[in-house]
Amino acid sequence: MKVSRNGSRQTIAALVEDRPGVLTRVASLFRRRGYNIESLAVGTTDEQGVSRMTIVVEGTSEVGDQVAKQLDKLIDVINAAVLDSTESIERELALIKVMARPDQRREILDVVEIFRASVVDLSVSSLIIQITAANETIEALTDNLRPYGILEMVRTGAIALVRGEDTTQVVEFEDDELRRFHMESGRIPTGQLPHLSD
Amino acid sequence: MSKISGADIVLRCLQELGVDTLFGYPGGVVLPLYDRFPQYPDINHILVRHEQAAGHAADGYARASGKLGVALATSGPGATNLVTAITNAHMDSVPTLFITGNVTRSLLGKDGFQEADITGITMPTVKHNYLVMRPDDLAYAFKEAAYIATTGRPGAVHIDIPKDVFIEEAEFSWPETINVRGYNPPSTAEQDSIQQAAEIIDQSERPLIFAGHGIILSDAADDLRKFAEKSGTPVVNTLLGLGSIAPDHVLSYGMMGMHGSYWANHAASNADVIIGLGMRMDDRALGRFEDMNPTAKIIHVDIDPAEHQKNLETHVPIVGNVCDVLKQLTNTVQKATHPDWLSWIDDLRIGHRASMSVPEGPELTAQYAIARIADYIGTESVLCTGVGQHQMWSAQFGAISRPRQFITSGGLGTMGFEVPAAMGAQAACPDRSVWTICGDGGFQMTFQEIGTMVDAKLPVRMAIMNNCYLGMVRQWQELFYDQNLVDVDISQPDFLKIAEAYGIKGIRVDNQEDVDAAIEEAEATEGPVLIDFRVVRQDNVWPMVPAGAALSETIESAEESGMS
Repeated sequence: MKVSRNGSRQTIAALVEDRPGVLTRVASLFRRRGYNIESLAVGTTDEQGVSRMTIVVEGTSEVGDQVAKQLDKLIDVINAAVLDSTESIERELALIKVMARPDQRREILDVVEIFRASVVDLSVSSLIIQITAANETIEALTDNLRPYGILEMVRTGAIALVRGEDTTQVVEFEDDELRRFHMESGRIPTGQLPHLSD
Repeated sequence: MSKISGADIVLRCLQELGVDTLFGYPGGVVLPLYDRFPQYPDINHILVRHEQAAGHAADGYARASGKLGVALATSGPGATNLVTAITNAHMDSVPTLFITGNVTRSLLGKDGFQEADITGITMPTVKHNYLVMRPDDLAYAFKEAAYIATTGRPGAVHIDIPKDVFIEEAEFSWPETINVRGYNPPSTAEQDSIQQAAEIIDQSERPLIFAGHGIILSDAADDLRKFAEKSGTPVVNTLLGLGSIAPDHVLSYGMMGMHGSYWANHAASNADVIIGLGMRMDDRALGRFEDMNPTAKIIHVDIDPAEHQKNLETHVPIVGNVCDVLKQLTNTVQKATHPDWLSWIDDLRIGHRASMSVPEGPELTAQYAIARIADYIGTESVLCTGVGQHQMWSAQFGAISRPRQFITSGGLGTMGFEVPAAMGAQAACPDRSVWTICGDGGFQMTFQEIGTMVDAKLPVRMAIMNNCYLGMVRQWQELFYDQNLVDVDISQPDFLKIAEAYGIKGIRVDNQEDVDAAIEEAEATEGPVLIDFRVVRQDNVWPMVPAGAALSETIESAEESGMS
């Protein structure tokens, strides 16, 4: 990772309750406070009912700290922290569809190999290249592929973990009843609603 | 265990929470709840005339009593009418619970009659909100909501309940514990930061405390006084911090900020150490942030860590409940006095007293009327205000001396707050005399609540500072828009006829000489009472720090501002 703590991008890891509205609350906070999201990736964790968001924002480390504190204020955010880029591993997956005439394929495959990317689809005139790497590496690969003609590309947004034994957080256990309340409140109950006349 | 309806569960929850008063307005989807009110005579429902007023009344109730304020509205327009009040309460960190009904679950999201996505609408203006979809979840939601509203940095919490959830039956059991793992309100601060702060305070020569609303919200006025006395630190207040220290205390120097005193603002600019206590470094209190006091070391105590470094770079941010932190600080700092620093501020106070005095002369001014009211009713009364010139004059001349004496809309600056908030304060404090200083503009936004006061026997004393202008707007147009007065010269109804229409006493005052008699008569009358003070039309609030200027650029008069 080359981005320093004082660089112009900050990576924030947030553990959030997996419940209706949590993404809206987070998105609404960014809109309201005028923070610029570069990427946002959400997925489940090994703890039932808890999701993890990795958010990359533009700005100084002060902005990163403010974002983390504002996120932590949301009740549905269990905790949020700015990740120190030197102390964490950050990865992103990208799929890049690039034009490749048969006579150019060899050249492109060399580039793919140098970047430890792989080819996952091939047609007469195009390739889809898959890469899992840090943000800067993906930028470098796309720079190298651009001369051949990038038809389209998609990126997942960064995910990150702190290096070593440290974890970002310990999640308090929630009993089944409480978890059901938290996960279901705001959702229309499954099954037939009781018929209630006025 | 036998089952009861969701409506009964809601009311049982309110009983468990100790809620004895709520302000509300009925409508279609909350009828199942209203249907059950007669079975709960210990819960007093006060029927308002507009939902916004229900919200402000709950807000005023909470500010005056320190207890949770509760308001109730129906779906759609009822719920959207609450939004201003919700935002107002949350902006000033007032512990409030807003309950709305919504359309039946099967109609949610189908744009049914009187459906509004009210949880979506309130999301950015509340501390937390809920849409409860099962009657079995109501008890959890209420216990958690009240806990979140009243702990940590207090705020507004909203619960939305579809109509059929009020009707469906479930077992009621009040949860013994709650567990909100994403929410851990701090109490005491880490000793490291206390030690760091104490060292800076001990070495300071010109320390100054900014005391804010947090002192009042956490009942820390005694702790503030003890800390200030031990460390010999003078205290200035934010608008909402007024009452955290008595104005006659030797270390009390009054209000800072846009309409704060010359000496308080200059003390802020010249201190070498600033200790912010339960205040959020707001632009109205601090002026232009970067020039407020670039050389001072800043210690900022707030229960909400997101307030640290938000507007102002802080050297020692301390996260904790200010009442606990003050005890820690008092135990750690050395006893000190700063006679030179105090006499420097005292000299400023003597030299600049004129700009913080009631104007002399025979005319009836709002400043004079407010000062006379404050003097007559004393500190055991409650003084509410709306927003504008009369609000600033109330802050300057209201002699606010105890916590919860002064109730005003600070952060959101909501005109029309004065009448319903006073109504809520009166419901919270039936034994206190509650006065509300009204603007003639703001009064016209919510005076329909006189009807509520009459029905609910809430004897509020309303004093309108009537200059037939939107005074504060006119002041800005005069000062910053080249005297181009646009849409501020408003016509007034005959306020005494409004009093008469509601069957209450109305008194008109045109002269200084009649002020005392009117106040006396209002106090002696079984309220509500309305006094129409016809004050001078052209008058501005001084001192003033123009928006975007630094505190050291405080202007004390029209002449100084370049306006004749």
